[in-house]
Amino acid sequence: MRARNLSVEAGRRAALPWPAGVGRALLWTAGGALLLAFPYAAEALGWHFYLSVATKAAVLALAASGLNLVLGYGGLVSFGHATYYGLGAYTVAVLAREGVQQAWAVWPAAVLLCAFAALCVGAVSLRTRGLYFIMITLAFAQMVYYGVISFKQYGGQDGLRAPRTDLGLPLTDAGLYYLTLLLLGACLVLLWRVVHSRFGRALQAARDNELRAAAVGFPVYPVQLCAFVLSGAITGLAGVLMAHHTQYVSPNMLGWPQSGHLMFMVILGGVGRFWGGVLGAVALVLLEEVFHSATVHWQLFVGLVLLAVALFASRGLSGLLEGRLR
Amino acid sequence: MAGGLVVEQLLNGLQFGLMLFLLSAGLTLVLGVMDVVNLAHGSLYMLGAYVAATVAGATGSFWAGVGAAVVATAAVGLVVEATVLRRVYPRDHLTQVLATFALILVFNEGARIVWGPQALLLSVPPELSRPVAVLPNLTYSAYRLVVLGVGAGLAVLLFLVIHRTRLGMWVRAGASNRAMARAMGVPIQQVFAVVFALSAALSAVAGALLGPILAVQVGMGEDILILAFVVIVIGGIGSVKGSLVGALLVGTVDTAGRAFLPPLFAQLMSPEAASNLGPALASVLIYLLMAVVLFVRPQGLFPVRA
Repeated sequence: MRARNLSVEAGRRAALPWPAGVGRALLWTAGGALLLAFPYAAEALGWHFYLSVATKAAVLALAASGLNLVLGYGGLVSFGHATYYGLGAYTVAVLAREGVQQAWAVWPAAVLLCAFAALCVGAVSLRTRGLYFIMITLAFAQMVYYGVISFKQYGGQDGLRAPRTDLGLPLTDAGLYYLTLLLLGACLVLLWRVVHSRFGRALQAARDNELRAAAVGFPVYPVQLCAFVLSGAITGLAGVLMAHHTQYVSPNMLGWPQSGHLMFMVILGGVGRFWGGVLGAVALVLLEEVFHSATVHWQLFVGLVLLAVALFASRGLSGLLEGRLR
Repeated sequence: MAGGLVVEQLLNGLQFGLMLFLLSAGLTLVLGVMDVVNLAHGSLYMLGAYVAATVAGATGSFWAGVGAAVVATAAVGLVVEATVLRRVYPRDHLTQVLATFALILVFNEGARIVWGPQALLLSVPPELSRPVAVLPNLTYSAYRLVVLGVGAGLAVLLFLVIHRTRLGMWVRAGASNRAMARAMGVPIQQVFAVVFALSAALSAVAGALLGPILAVQVGMGEDILILAFVVIVIGGIGSVKGSLVGALLVGTVDTAGRAFLPPLFAQLMSPEAASNLGPALASVLIYLLMAVVLFVRPQGLFPVRA
C-alpha cells in the first residue's frame, strides 16, 4: 500500500524544512521572529487569551509530533498515546502533592516514567499488527486510565491541582510559552535527525514492507520498540508542559478521546510528513478556538472541515502545502 | 452469595451481551467486507435511540418508536454510505478514521441542535414495566426479558441470513477475500450498501432497546463503540459468529465484574482499599480479557481472513 521509492522520497523531504533559497530563508526568519515577538504583541494588545492558545497549540504540536514518529514513520497506529501524555502531567501533580517540586527532579522523572510505560506497552503490543495493534494499545491505555482514577488520594475522577515546578526562576505565562517553543524546537531537531538517520530509514522500511526490511537484516522489532519509547517520552514531555500550562490535571488527559484527538491532529496535518504533527495540532486548536468563539455548535463546523480534509486532501494539510510550495 | 443474584446478573450480562452483538455484528461486517473502520457506528446507535424516544413520545407507542428508529437509521446509513464512505473505501484506514470521526462530531452536534443538550426520556412500555417471576423465588424485569428475546431472535435471524442466503454467501466471500470475491462476480459495491444499511438498522435496534436502560444522550455512542471494537477484536474481524461469542463474553464478564468484584474484594482486604480497587479492576476486566485472547490467538477467536 505504501510502496514508495524511499531514497527519492527521503531526498525530497531532506530539502524541505531547512532554508533552500533566499525566499525560504526570509520566510523562516519572519516566522521565527513572529513566534518570538508574539508574547509582547499579545501583551501590548491585551490578548492574554491568545498567548494561552498559542502555548496550548505548541504543547499539542509537541505531543502530536511524538505520536507522528510511530504513527507516520513507523506505520504503527497507537490508540493509547494519551497514556504518556497523561502520565507526564500526572507525575507533575502527584510529585507536587508529595512535596517534590524541583524541576530538575520532576521533569526527568516524568519523561523517564513515560519512556518506561512505553517500553512495557510497546514490548507486548508490537507483537501484533494492524487493527489488533490499535486495540491492544487502547486496552493498555484504558487499564492505566482506570488504574489512575482508582487512586482516590490523587483526585480520582476529579483530577488534581498541579502547581508549576520550581525552575529556579519565576515562570510567567510568557516564560512558559518560550520554554514550550524551545523544547518543541529541540524535539523537532531531534526527530529530524532520528527520521533521517539509518535508524529512521529502518523504521520507514519496516513500515513499507516489514518482510523485506527483516530480510535485508534490519532488526525490525528493536527498531520499532525504540521508536515507540522515544515517541512515548516526547508525548510525555508534552504532558509535563500541559500540566504547567493548565496547572491542573484531569483523568480526561488519559482517556481514549484524548488519544483519538492526538491521532486526528497527526492525520489532519499529514501522516508521516515531518511537519504533520505541528501543522495538525496548530490547525485543530485554531479551528476549535475560532468556531468555539463564534458559535455554540462549534463541533459541527470542526466536523465539516475535518470531513472536507479527509475527503479532498488525502495527504493532510502538509500534502496541500507541499503541493503549493513546490 | 445468593443464587438468585447470580442468575439475575447472568441474565443482565446476557442481555447486555446480545445488545453489544447487535452493534458489533454490523461493525465487524463493515470492517470485514469493505475494510472500512467506521467510528460513526456509535452515532447511528445514538440516532436510533433519539428517533425511538421522539416517536415513542409523540405516538405513545414504544414499538412504533423502535420501528421508526430502524427505518430512519437505515435510511441515514444509506445516505452516509453513498456520500462519505464510498469515497474513502480505497483510502487507508487513517483517512477513514478521520472522516468517520468528523461524522461523529457532525452527528453529535446535529443531535444537540435538533434535540437539545438534555438527555431524552425513553420509558419502558407500560405492559412490560412490572417484574415477572422467572424462578420460584426470583423476579426479573419483564422489559429486560423482552430485550433478551429480541436480541436472541435477531441473532438467529442474522445467522440464517449469513449462512443460508445468497446475500449471506456474498458477504462471507467478501469478508474472506474481497479481491477474489469481486473477481468471481460478487457485486461487492451493492452488497456493501445493503450490509451498511443492515448494520445501521441493527445498531438502531440496540440504541432503541437500551434507551430505557441507559440514557438517551449525546455521546452515548462513543463509549459503547469502544466496547463493540473490543468485541470484534476478540471474536475475529469479519466473523459474525465471533462477534456473538465475543459480545456474550464481554457482556457477562463486564456485568459480573461490576456486580461481584467489589463485594469479593471487600472480604479480602480493607474496605477502603476494596472500594478503590474493586470498581477499577471491574472496568479493566474486559480489556484484560481482550489482551489475553489476543496473546493466545492474535487473530481473535474465529479468524476469517483467508
